[in-house]
Amino acid sequence: MIRFTAAVTGLILLALTGPAQAVLPDEKLSDPALEARARVISQDIRCLVCQNQSIDDSNADLARDLRIIVRERLLAGDTNQEVKDYLTARYGDYVLLSPPMNLETVLLWSGPFVLVAIGLISIGLWYRGRRAQMAEAGGTLTDDERRRIETLLSQAGGDDDGNNRTSGDEGRAS
Amino acid sequence: MTDTASPKPTSGRRWLFAALPLVLFAALAGAFFYQLRYGTDPKLIPSALIGDPVPQTVLEPLKSDKPGFGPDDFGPGSANGQPILVNVFASWCVPCRVEHPIISALARERGIPVYGLNSKDKREDAIRWLNELGDPYTRIGYDPLGRAGIDWGVYGYPETFLVSPKGEVVYKYVGPITPQVLEREFLPRLDAFAEGAQ
Repeated sequence: MIRFTAAVTGLILLALTGPAQAVLPDEKLSDPALEARARVISQDIRCLVCQNQSIDDSNADLARDLRIIVRERLLAGDTNQEVKDYLTARYGDYVLLSPPMNLETVLLWSGPFVLVAIGLISIGLWYRGRRAQMAEAGGTLTDDERRRIETLLSQAGGDDDGNNRTSGDEGRAS
Repeated sequence: MTDTASPKPTSGRRWLFAALPLVLFAALAGAFFYQLRYGTDPKLIPSALIGDPVPQTVLEPLKSDKPGFGPDDFGPGSANGQPILVNVFASWCVPCRVEHPIISALARERGIPVYGLNSKDKREDAIRWLNELGDPYTRIGYDPLGRAGIDWGVYGYPETFLVSPKGEVVYKYVGPITPQVLEREFLPRLDAFAEGAQ
């Protein structure tokens, strides 16, 4: 009972915790609409010090500075795209967590589709080869094969017990 | 297994298919190994400023007896046609201390103007640091909030930019300049500018 209570308490506590947020109260904008836009933009801006975190998630100093800049640009009347352009002018496309499609990233974006296409073509070729092979074999059994199957089937029907198998085999061999 | 020998006209292709995963694996392993061993460090982010004029940010002076710098302090007529180094430093940055003698020697022996960009630092700490280690800089801009650093695309300390005599950013190095880095990255570029000037 104690263990059950502990488990339930643990689950309730777990449910109460939200995702950790790096955005500090003093950074937040008073206008909720602008703040919401700032959050959306921040989630696509890479924290350059911690690499695979967004500035929205990161506690790094530079991430905080960039979050503040995002909000300043929004207050100055920038569109979302203008805020991103402001940052890419300084840090390059690398600062965006979803890199734009261009000559350098074309392999990155098309890679998965190319691999799937190669896979599908390979499967198609394999099936075609198999079908050709079967057609060549005629698709029917020879008399010899038919006889062999009949023997095997009658044997399988004969012994239900696994222990008799060895003796059955011996019987056939003699 | 079967008594009748089944004809295998496609056995050549079958082998090819069987070998395909192995070949793919070998190719990927080769590519990964090459990148790990000889490839570029993924932590190094190429500067977005390369090929562009220096940022428009004007920096206030750190010390009363030495000017800060802005875009007008680069380009023709600003350093006798010499390239300029912009060195981002802070008193709290330990690797900055490591590269300090090398930057000092570069400024002293080759006469290269070095602008200091003192970022996210306390003024008195920075001045004490320079008094202790020596001040190799021609100009020092003070950037307490790190905003100028962001305009320059700084993400680590130290960073050193090479600005051409025309006022364009031509190269950036992230991390302390060691003798090897000086030899490999900076001296050839500085030599190229010296030859171009003659």
